Amino acid sequence: MSAPVLELKNVAKTYRVKQGMFGKPKPLNAVDDVSLSLNRGEVLGLVGESGCGKSTLAKILLGLEEPTSGQVLVDGEAIGGQDRLALARRIQPIFQDPYSSLNPRKTIADIVSLPLRVHGVGDAKSRAKSVRETLELVGLPARVLNTYPSQMSGGQRQRVAIARALIMHPEIVICDEPTSALDVSVQSQILNLLNELRAEFGLTYLFISHDLAVVEHLATRVAVMYLGRIVEEADVGDLFDAPRHPYTRALLNSVLTPDPSLGVPDTQLGSAYPNPISPPSGCHFHPRCPFAETLCKTKAPRPVPRAGGHVECHLHDPDSTMYRPDFTV
Amino acid sequence: MSKDMTKPLLSVRGLTLDIPLARGTLHAVRGIDFDLYRGETLCIVGESGSGKSLTSLAVMGLLDKNIQRSADLMDFDGIELTRASNREMRALRGDRIAMIFQEPMTSLNPAYTIGDQLIEALRLHRSVSRDKARARAVELLEKVGISAAASRLGQYPHQLSGGLRQRVVIAMALMCEPELIIADEPTTALDVTIQAQILRLLVDLTKEMDVAMILITHDLGVVARVADKVGVMYAGELVETGPAAEVFGKPMHPYTRGLLRCIPQPGMTERGGELGTIPGIVPSLIGAVQGCAFRTRCPHASEACGGEIPVRGEQSHRFLCVYADGARSVEGEPA
Amino acid sequence: MSVKKTTAPLMEEITGPTPRQILRKRVTGHTGLLFGLAVVLILLFVAIFAPLLAPHDPYAQSLSNRMVSPVFLGGTWDHPLGTDHLGRDYLSRLIYGARVSLLIGAVAAAISGVIGTAMGVAAGYFGGKVDAVVTFLINVRLAMPVVLVALAVVAILGGSLQVVIGVLGLLLWDRFAVVMRASTLQVRRREYVAAAQAIGASTSRVILSEIMPNIVNNLIVIVTLEMAHAILLEAALSFLGLGVQPPTPSWGLMISEGKNMMLFEPWLVLIPGVVLFMLVLAINLMGDGLRDVTAPENRS
Repeated sequence: MSAPVLELKNVAKTYRVKQGMFGKPKPLNAVDDVSLSLNRGEVLGLVGESGCGKSTLAKILLGLEEPTSGQVLVDGEAIGGQDRLALARRIQPIFQDPYSSLNPRKTIADIVSLPLRVHGVGDAKSRAKSVRETLELVGLPARVLNTYPSQMSGGQRQRVAIARALIMHPEIVICDEPTSALDVSVQSQILNLLNELRAEFGLTYLFISHDLAVVEHLATRVAVMYLGRIVEEADVGDLFDAPRHPYTRALLNSVLTPDPSLGVPDTQLGSAYPNPISPPSGCHFHPRCPFAETLCKTKAPRPVPRAGGHVECHLHDPDSTMYRPDFTV
Repeated sequence: MSKDMTKPLLSVRGLTLDIPLARGTLHAVRGIDFDLYRGETLCIVGESGSGKSLTSLAVMGLLDKNIQRSADLMDFDGIELTRASNREMRALRGDRIAMIFQEPMTSLNPAYTIGDQLIEALRLHRSVSRDKARARAVELLEKVGISAAASRLGQYPHQLSGGLRQRVVIAMALMCEPELIIADEPTTALDVTIQAQILRLLVDLTKEMDVAMILITHDLGVVARVADKVGVMYAGELVETGPAAEVFGKPMHPYTRGLLRCIPQPGMTERGGELGTIPGIVPSLIGAVQGCAFRTRCPHASEACGGEIPVRGEQSHRFLCVYADGARSVEGEPA
Repeated sequence: MSVKKTTAPLMEEITGPTPRQILRKRVTGHTGLLFGLAVVLILLFVAIFAPLLAPHDPYAQSLSNRMVSPVFLGGTWDHPLGTDHLGRDYLSRLIYGARVSLLIGAVAAAISGVIGTAMGVAAGYFGGKVDAVVTFLINVRLAMPVVLVALAVVAILGGSLQVVIGVLGLLLWDRFAVVMRASTLQVRRREYVAAAQAIGASTSRVILSEIMPNIVNNLIVIVTLEMAHAILLEAALSFLGLGVQPPTPSWGLMISEGKNMMLFEPWLVLIPGVVLFMLVLAINLMGDGLRDVTAPENRS
């Protein structure tokens, strides 16, 4: 296996949240000691409920937020806040809402060429050529160059956003829910496009989504996030066929495949998602976990390695009294 | 209340919605028919702009004034909705017909406590005492799975999470024991785990209380798991209707099959493989619309698709297509 | 079902008008905006070409020709709007007065616009401490009564065109700051701003080329409102004798000078009053119209 193209070492991000006008600010661990590595050509699916920290993680990778602690390494080099331009050449985003991610006052040519202009690549002529080529790559004809986003459909806009992300030939693309605002028939076109582009250019994707069917389809590896921590990480086949963490199981259970012979599943997640300002003690998941015991309330589980990743659960820790080696839920 | 089980609770024939625009008339919904029996769930599935939300608003009588509604029949338990006055509609809404929207905050007033809103919902239509209404509110909050229900009555909507809010909205919809619930994308704004819980709750409650439900959604997974009956809507028409098992088991209309191929189905689509697509976009519905609206995107389109489209299939599972088998045989699907 | 290749040509047609076409259509269909624009342009033309248009020297006194009635009250075409108490041609003074009003309106609005926009955009974009400071300054400014402060300053420094422009420019930035702060807050949450930042664009580039084009329509509306505001304040100050000093022709001053004669020759007050009213009304109509045609909720 080659060296990882992107590596996160114990990355954490803590916000101070004020409660009320005179309340003392409390820490909110949006991202809590996350370590990840992505190899070239991999698609890491990142799943979790809203508020679990997946968007904050994406912002850190894009240089839009500074991590409170920990390191982000691209090709083995640590990326600090100073090297925003260097980081931007290597990591590019595709956002969820193509209606909000394109500046309505700019033409498509302006939008797609912005990265080239910011980085001072080439002259006007070579930039125009590059824009045309990239648009063609994402399936848009040259005649869209002088149109505005408001004249395009959602799918076309998302293609423009992809073109903007790819024009600098980045190594890593952060896809933050890239298809959840699109209609089903358009979604599949965009997913196919992302897949083809990855194969052609050896791109590495961090694919953030709440749609587990899409993640299973596109990802090669999956990380499950809960309250800022990655509670399970595994190769896509292993994770979907044999989920170890009870939370992963609940997530997989709640996927609604179009099979009318099955009813609506029971996720067995009793209470609601906890408030991240005051997370539950021990294992953060214990109040919603059907397998929780007293140990889970007092002691946070440590990460235990598994194929392609790890799992954080006492049930899988050989040193734990709760260890059940045969437990695949 | 008459409870004739052989007669549909809601019968709609030829519902048409026209929106006059400067550029011409937009034929948003074009002659749709459906029947809904007590205790039954009809899912209307379609992409944005298919007219599915307008259809639900048309039943509720909540359309914008500029939208022209006409129908051969819109019978709700003997009441002809097309002829009902505003006052009669107001009496029905929230009482015998309840609505649940995508965003719970559209139905909850941020300035009032949950208790006040639940109690008001009942006392608007029924002359019961506040105490009785309050007792019913607590009972329903418990039923929708809200713990410590009595203490929640004093809370304001913003103090609750999205999932809890949607539960409150469901409880509110149930206050007057409605006979029909219309839910427009009730779980789209929620996380997947919460979505499953809310849908389960809706299914259980409608079955238990024998309530009919029209659920509008774009999510085929939701449809398959929740629906008794399915209506697939495209460009203002129900192109295929039928029992869920039949529509998913043997989709007849090319659009229905196209949609099902667009979504990754674990165990059926190859991981990382190519998904099916439906090229092109929904045609403009402004001005005269003729023939099959899907023909611009259909791989089997022929000359005949521009003409009159016959209704195919048996009584329960029907579809609109010039091909007797909906071109299933051409695609190599079993007949 | 056919599968679409990435390089396949786009099947969907690009339809619909460009934002510019939509704007043009809205502008041409808005009578209020067109009327306001026409009046302002005419007055601007008059102000610029005042020396060519004015029939007489606005400063030339003629004691034998005092308070000649305007032509519609039995005067002659030699002085179409009559003369004032010093025998100066009223039409000429009115024409030169347009220069003062428009100059004060434009320059004061420009000064306060630059100050307020810089503060508002900085507060909205950077948030945190910057926002706290700007919000505090806005509150301080809002707690000051504009007319009283202007009166006090002018009373100390003495009235002159420059002082009036300076005082108004330094006082009228509050609305710019409030509106620009709110607009920036709204726009900076858009994903295209995050996209530009992720591309590595500098802060100034993000503000100038991503945020400003999307809030400039709000800015234009405030500019018109504050222009009208400044023109009215100048008239008020001049009326009180603390604004532009005689013999400079200013509409406010003309009203002030005519007020002693108001009961006998009401047209001395009415003519500059009506013109002032027309200008302010036209500017406000223009502002309202601009808001209508550029409001985001109207944009498809």
